Amino acid sequence: MSDKVPVRDFATDWDHTDPRWVADPYPIWDDLRRRCPVAHTERYGGGWFPTTHDAVSRVAKDTEHFTSRTVVIGNGRPLEDAPPAPIGVAPPISSDPPFHQIARRLILPAFAPGPVNALEPMIRALCRRLLDALAGRGEIDAGSEFAQFIPPAVIIRMLGFPERDEDLFREFVHVVLEGIDQPVEQRIEQFAPIEEYFAVQIEDHRAHPRDDLTTYLLTVEVGGQRLAPEHVFGTMILILVAGIDTTWSAIGASLWHLATNPGDLARLASEPELMATAVEEFLRFYAPVSMARLVKEDVDYLGCPMKRDDWILLGFPAANRDPAVFPDADRFVIDRRENRHLAFGLGIHRCAGSNLARLELRVALEEFIARYPRFELADPAGVTWAPGQVRGPRHLPLRLASREG
Amino acid sequence: MTVRVSIDVDQCQGHGRCFSLAPELFAFDDLGNGVVRGDGTVDETHLDAARLAVANCPEHAVSLEEST
Ligand code: HEM
Ligand code: SF4
Repeated sequence: MSDKVPVRDFATDWDHTDPRWVADPYPIWDDLRRRCPVAHTERYGGGWFPTTHDAVSRVAKDTEHFTSRTVVIGNGRPLEDAPPAPIGVAPPISSDPPFHQIARRLILPAFAPGPVNALEPMIRALCRRLLDALAGRGEIDAGSEFAQFIPPAVIIRMLGFPERDEDLFREFVHVVLEGIDQPVEQRIEQFAPIEEYFAVQIEDHRAHPRDDLTTYLLTVEVGGQRLAPEHVFGTMILILVAGIDTTWSAIGASLWHLATNPGDLARLASEPELMATAVEEFLRFYAPVSMARLVKEDVDYLGCPMKRDDWILLGFPAANRDPAVFPDADRFVIDRRENRHLAFGLGIHRCAGSNLARLELRVALEEFIARYPRFELADPAGVTWAPGQVRGPRHLPLRLASREG
Repeated sequence: MTVRVSIDVDQCQGHGRCFSLAPELFAFDDLGNGVVRGDGTVDETHLDAARLAVANCPEHAVSLEEST
């Protein structure tokens, strides 16, 4: 990333890994929304960035002109019929209709409200254990010592992997999400340990089936047939990648907001019934995830001459700040009642894990605030934001005042 | 006058806002998609919740209909 040419004008040369974008993208997006509202770049082989709620919604729902063959922007593009087509590397996120629906329906029951809500006591106990381990400290890194631990612990339990592997899991996520500027060969090399690890787990589950998501993927049948091994592998990779960084970012960004907005923290601490609207507003205001599409064929769209294989960066976080849809869009309104935000995307790829993500976010905040009703940034310069398509604070040094203190 | 809620099943993608905001009016199926409880009739006390469900569904799948 270091030897890149700095962005001159985000309207014609945007780069979502530019340090200014990573540090504070909102003024950039607001400016683009007023000026463009679809920005262009020649980087990454060419791409577009719509910034309005309406344009983002249109592209997200349009599977005729855009493909999800790959959803993470990089320098290369996977070939159209590269194996394992039509499955894609990580079904269902990388699948297009009609196969997408098959792959999605398979996993939806595991993430429906019933099974997800049953996880609440486990998630609460986990958060309490994490906070217990930090007891007595006046300062903590809420990014790397709290938020980061919750999603991998939950997903490891859902997949039925050994709990001691949580650290390994977080490493895997970095490899997949934060290496977008590395050469393809290097990235493939980095994937090898992940493949090995999953192969071992899959073998173990084959030999000892049990009640977890891995066993389910290995035994479920579609049209009388079990899933292809690359489908099982791809979906497990997806659940690993989609569920960890994203939720960690959402929890971290929400704590960052509370640390820097004592009024909102005080209200949430004294009026817990605000949590439901607060969670949706955290998701709107700090939506962590932007996804990409590729243009299928040359087309004039949103007034832009789009070329086959151009990227579209679906800026759900930018759409969430569109003043045409949200009154006071640039203000965090803790009791906002009407909130049609797009943090989880929309259309056929709506985040399959949204029920789980909301639950983790709510429980993490409830437990943190119950323990520490007052906290602030210990070191504003120590806060670092992850670059790329999942944005959230990785390090978040907080100074804590306990309930007694 | 009767007020009824309905869900356009072709638009619903299971965001779950309807059944979180108005559990008296909506439930969910095995896939987590929203379903209307009963025939969708909304009594006076749930009118506000029904409107919130309409306004929060990211897919614009929930609608309110008034008939006399
Ligand atoms: C706050 C946390 C999260 C956010 C903001 C988020 C956001 C998103 C977004 C925007 C998409 C749409 C992708 C697209 O349109 O291409 C998506 C898809 C997906 N997410 Fe999440 N996600 C979160 C947490 C999770 C969790 C916890 C899981 C599961 C463990 C998960 C699993 C998935 C899956 C499987 C898909 C693909 C669905 C499909 O293609 O049909 N996500 N997520
Ligand atoms: S809020 Fe909308 S998309 Fe979500 S379950 Fe209800 S009707 Fe479906």
